[in-house]
Amino acid sequence: METIKYIIKRILQTIPLLIIVSLISFFIIRLSPVDPLAELKLNPSVSPETVEKEKARLGLDKPIIVQYGKWAISFIQGDLGVTSTGEKVSQKLAERIPNTLLLTTLVIFLTWLVGVPLGIISAVRWKTPFDRLMTVLTSIGMAIPSFFFAVLLLMFAVKTGWFPIGGLTSPNFGEMHFAAKIIDISHHLILPVFVLFTISLAGLQRQMRANMLDVLDSDYVKFARAKGVSDNIVIYKHALRNAVNPMITLLGFEFAGLLSGAALTEYVFQYPGLGRLILEAVMKSDINLVMASLMMGAIMLVTGNLIADILLIVTDPRIRSRA
Amino acid sequence: MIKEVLKQLWKDKFARIALIVLGVIYFALLTADFIAPYSKDFSDRTMAYVPPSKVFTIDENGKFSRPYTYNYIREFDQDNLEIKYSLDRKTKHYIKFFKNGHLFSTDRGGRIFLLGTDINGRDVFSRLLFGGRISMTIGFLALFVLFPIGLLYGGISGYFGGKVDMIMMRFAEAIMSIPSFYLLIILASILPSGMTSTQRFLLIVIILALIGWAGFARVVRGMVLSIKNQEYVQSAQAIGASKFRIITKHILPQTTSFVIVAMTLSVPSYILSESGLSFLGLGIQQPDASWGNMLKEAQEFTNILYRPWLLTPGFLIFVSVLAFNLIGDTIRDVLDPKSKVR
Repeated sequence: METIKYIIKRILQTIPLLIIVSLISFFIIRLSPVDPLAELKLNPSVSPETVEKEKARLGLDKPIIVQYGKWAISFIQGDLGVTSTGEKVSQKLAERIPNTLLLTTLVIFLTWLVGVPLGIISAVRWKTPFDRLMTVLTSIGMAIPSFFFAVLLLMFAVKTGWFPIGGLTSPNFGEMHFAAKIIDISHHLILPVFVLFTISLAGLQRQMRANMLDVLDSDYVKFARAKGVSDNIVIYKHALRNAVNPMITLLGFEFAGLLSGAALTEYVFQYPGLGRLILEAVMKSDINLVMASLMMGAIMLVTGNLIADILLIVTDPRIRSRA
Repeated sequence: MIKEVLKQLWKDKFARIALIVLGVIYFALLTADFIAPYSKDFSDRTMAYVPPSKVFTIDENGKFSRPYTYNYIREFDQDNLEIKYSLDRKTKHYIKFFKNGHLFSTDRGGRIFLLGTDINGRDVFSRLLFGGRISMTIGFLALFVLFPIGLLYGGISGYFGGKVDMIMMRFAEAIMSIPSFYLLIILASILPSGMTSTQRFLLIVIILALIGWAGFARVVRGMVLSIKNQEYVQSAQAIGASKFRIITKHILPQTTSFVIVAMTLSVPSYILSESGLSFLGLGIQQPDASWGNMLKEAQEFTNILYRPWLLTPGFLIFVSVLAFNLIGDTIRDVLDPKSKVR
């Protein structure tokens, strides 16, 4: 019961946060000297009525506070307006967000699968050649600019022809049956996932190693060892459980970093995700789209942190009792 | 303390190499006017996408000779529909050292492009040096804007506590809740066009600082919370020191070693942010050079495949970020021996 109360409280806390985020983003975007409807007016396929409707919806002739109020109300009602090409923003987002989520969750899953064990091994074999090698490798992984790495991999893909060059699906995707579709998508995902994986793996491995070293140094581990408990049990039963907890908090940060890092990678690989959408929107100064994707990015980030916090309650009884 | 840190850095094998590498890079950037054979804006339109010049020290008779180079001639291959470059072996151009205020140059009519040229026939090697000046300083400048803001914000928030703290921290958290790269490109995109390159440079510094201060301020606030109840702070309050004085003179100096560690560890991320931004065309603009906007040309497949010399800025970014990381790690080990993240 207490746990549920805490979770609800934690969820309610995100609401004022998102309101402040929306205020900040709204004022930043309105700072720009561009006429928010310029593109829309110039587009011949958009009817004047749509432009008028947008103008009224945004309240462009009113003061900025009123504009914000209008925007907030229609946002809550799920009306995000139209893009400069006349499409619905919400539809555009619904196309792109799953792709970004697919990419980031895959990367998080893989980095945890590989990074946590590597961190543990490094910590257990502290200062051995293996540990040294991992330190060197992670330094390299952290230093590669993601877009440059992506460009190099693209070069590799073009030269060998082993991987498709960009995108998420092949041109004949529509005609494929189900299994072929999955294979096609995974084939396209390999390179972008690999770029993000390499870069976030380095940080994760280091963090895990540091946590594990901290825990291995603690009194209860020393006590367990003194008692004669076997090495495996000390490491996997006593130490690991405590070393993983701070990692869960990190999960939220990792998600945030990935959302940012993915934008450049998506751009280089022409991957149809939220990051590339917002980039294109920014370049075309498509205000509705920028505002909506900014909010979506923030919501995803806040949700990521929320999930990490809730997971932490589940795994760490100390927090449960405090809450 | 600084002496001790430098001594430790020199003792560590990796950190020493990193220090030397960075020293060489910064020295080259500082003396770019001398080392680069051409100016930043030099361009020879007839020499677009010329491959790196070949330098010969053994002449056609197999004898040693003063180093010389041949110019490239550009020809259009009618059959394969492609542009070919071949060496113009008729005239040798001897390389002259320490002439005309440059480290090396060629005689009249000759061109020396150590790393080839870009689409406008500009010397990549020279532009690497001039571009590096921007790429390698912008991160530091952003940090010098960001750290005072973060320190003061975190200091005030932590010291006053209560409602002030709550409001200030909610605001900082809101900034942190926007994916930083999204915020970065949006702020960069609202910069008006038609600014001088210095204005643009300074505004990008400010934007980079705006992205990073919130996370830093939060950590500072946490530290201030634990420092503010110590006895020497209470005694400062008792003798009637002003709040501002207590924060800036008594509390914040306690965070120095953390600040130094955080600064060295975040330099690389600002170098990466700037290059990413310029890579997208939202950062430093042509004709100015930065390593990021030079890499912009690598977005085209033909360039990646046939003109690999255009990728050199990427390797330089990689090397300098790696060097900064290694130094940052070592400094942390020295100043903060408890943490073992390495």
